[in-house]
Amino acid sequence: MNAPAYNFAYLDEQTKRMIRRAILKAIAIPGYQVPFASREMPMPYGWGTGGVQVTAAILGPDDVLKVIDQGSDDTTNAISIRKFFGKTAGVATTTATADATVIQTRHRIPEAPLHAGQVLVYQVPIPEPLRFLEPRETETRRMHALGEYGLMHVKLYEDIARFGHIATSYAYPVKVNARYVMDPSPTPKFDNPKMDDCPALQLFGAGREKRIYAIPPHTDVVSLDFEDHPFTRYRFDAPCALCGAGDSYLDEIVTDDKGGRMFVCSDTDYCESRQSAGHRGSESAAPHKERAHG
Amino acid sequence: MYVAVKGGERAIENAHRLLAHERRGDRDVPELSLPQISEQLSLGVDRVMTEGSLYDRELAALAIKQARGDLIEAIFLVRAFRATLPRFGATEPVDTGAMQVRRRISSTFKDIPGGQILGPTFDYTHRLLDPQLAGGFSPETPAVGEASATATPRVTDILGRDGLIEPSPAADADAPVGDLTREPLNFPADRDLRLQNLARADEGFLLALGYSSQRGYGRNHPFAGEIRFGEVEVEFMAEDAGFAVPLGSIALTECQMVNQFKGSATEAPCFTRGYGLAFGQSERKTMSMALVDRSLRARELGEEVIAPGQDEEFVMSHSDNVQATGFVEHLKLPHYVDFQSELGLLRKLRQEFAEANEAPQMQEAAE
Repeated sequence: MNAPAYNFAYLDEQTKRMIRRAILKAIAIPGYQVPFASREMPMPYGWGTGGVQVTAAILGPDDVLKVIDQGSDDTTNAISIRKFFGKTAGVATTTATADATVIQTRHRIPEAPLHAGQVLVYQVPIPEPLRFLEPRETETRRMHALGEYGLMHVKLYEDIARFGHIATSYAYPVKVNARYVMDPSPTPKFDNPKMDDCPALQLFGAGREKRIYAIPPHTDVVSLDFEDHPFTRYRFDAPCALCGAGDSYLDEIVTDDKGGRMFVCSDTDYCESRQSAGHRGSESAAPHKERAHG
Repeated sequence: MYVAVKGGERAIENAHRLLAHERRGDRDVPELSLPQISEQLSLGVDRVMTEGSLYDRELAALAIKQARGDLIEAIFLVRAFRATLPRFGATEPVDTGAMQVRRRISSTFKDIPGGQILGPTFDYTHRLLDPQLAGGFSPETPAVGEASATATPRVTDILGRDGLIEPSPAADADAPVGDLTREPLNFPADRDLRLQNLARADEGFLLALGYSSQRGYGRNHPFAGEIRFGEVEVEFMAEDAGFAVPLGSIALTECQMVNQFKGSATEAPCFTRGYGLAFGQSERKTMSMALVDRSLRARELGEEVIAPGQDEEFVMSHSDNVQATGFVEHLKLPHYVDFQSELGLLRKLRQEFAEANEAPQMQEAAE
């Protein structure tokens, strides 16, 4: 039987070169979705295969990798992807946002500001911001080519007419470099302003849909809105129950079946760093660390 | 006091351990061997090879065992392995006309050169559960006949000699072989890429689409011109030697559907083709594939595109079960960050709704 032997960071070098070419093109045309020959990865489509391929293509032996899902380093899929690269690339991993050179994320942008030299790799399920307005790829590609984004504005306007607000709370569309309308991946709109003028390189990988796109450092990223209905961030109005932070995006934790709720930082690294710096919330406890086991 | 939920890493390891235990099942029951799977569950192996796009019975059997009999999971395992294999090139086109036929039927002619050969088929079995098979049953040795000296030409070739069916497009030997696993797919896609997509497509999806075309959603009036199953030689052009080198033989099923005609003022009417090809004995797959292939030629043949089975972007974007199962099942992953965002919005909208509905009553009370 053919015993499989795998290359550094799993993908063969030819595939990595193909992906890097797509990444370079994506950086050259900010917000434009570059088709690439996405490979079948050893994890399911929809579970981060696009992000994994981008990370595999850019990872070098000296990189320090952080993987988060829902802002957290220890959700099961984040652990699974971190272990994958630990095993296939042997790179150093970290949970500290500031120490990482490559951060792969699903659904969040870290709270700590990113710095120059870092790369944020997003996992993207549906790269096409117009997909739910127009299901055909042939049509949406034409709309992007012509910069024909009226349909999106009509959708946002209809939300306001019906609900009084723009009823998009995540995957909120942005315009990149005053040209392409782009899906920021399903991050809450709270995170949208962090993409603007960001010193780090932002790469987006959609494996199943076979697209890569990018926001180069210090690019203008504007959330779509109207003059009389400006873009607003949403955050539950409470401090984090563990670290007391008043500026972080919060997860809602259901504590009992009698309406008990508490709100804690979704970014676990941010929350833990604040707690170790002595910040306390109403429910503070020393964060339980998973015991090492062999 | 609240303790954040952690422990994912150990949970994953323990889940994998438990999975391995469940896969083995009762340890007093003998373990399945790969030859048992490839010999006795051979149609499952054929499906995994076809939709996994890799002709390797042993690996397909391993994948089925590892997947606990979940064929889509097995196809996924084979695909992920296939993606890592180097490409040496493309073989010469296989000649199904020269197939060593084990089964061959036509529903368009009562008799055909080479004859109708039923071969190993469920057709005409009565679907009665057979208690004999429950254990220890040794079947009779199969009946053996003289190999016919006559060739078994393809039925579509017989029709083609009289111009009654459109010719198959001639292959351009110098054109690169399209491969949607190596190049990103663009629409509209040519027929070679469509057929590659359909060959890898989920059997159930194609079955339903083919069935829908028979029931009137883009009807294309098919006849099963021929279904043949057997071994064909695979040859690879060795550049150094300057001639094609045989690599071995593979089992294939081919289905050629004969469909209602096209024609125009300048072109004599003739039947049109739908084509299906799969590894091993995969008749349901190849018949469905041929129906859908023909449906997808609607635009090319000047037919109105009105049904899902005729819509190439719809069919090709949703036919792959590895992609489909991944995206459907990814809903199991945590989405609580987005859900929180939706909750916040919904609470706000409900609050505004309540305030708007309370306001007039309060005004009335004040009056």
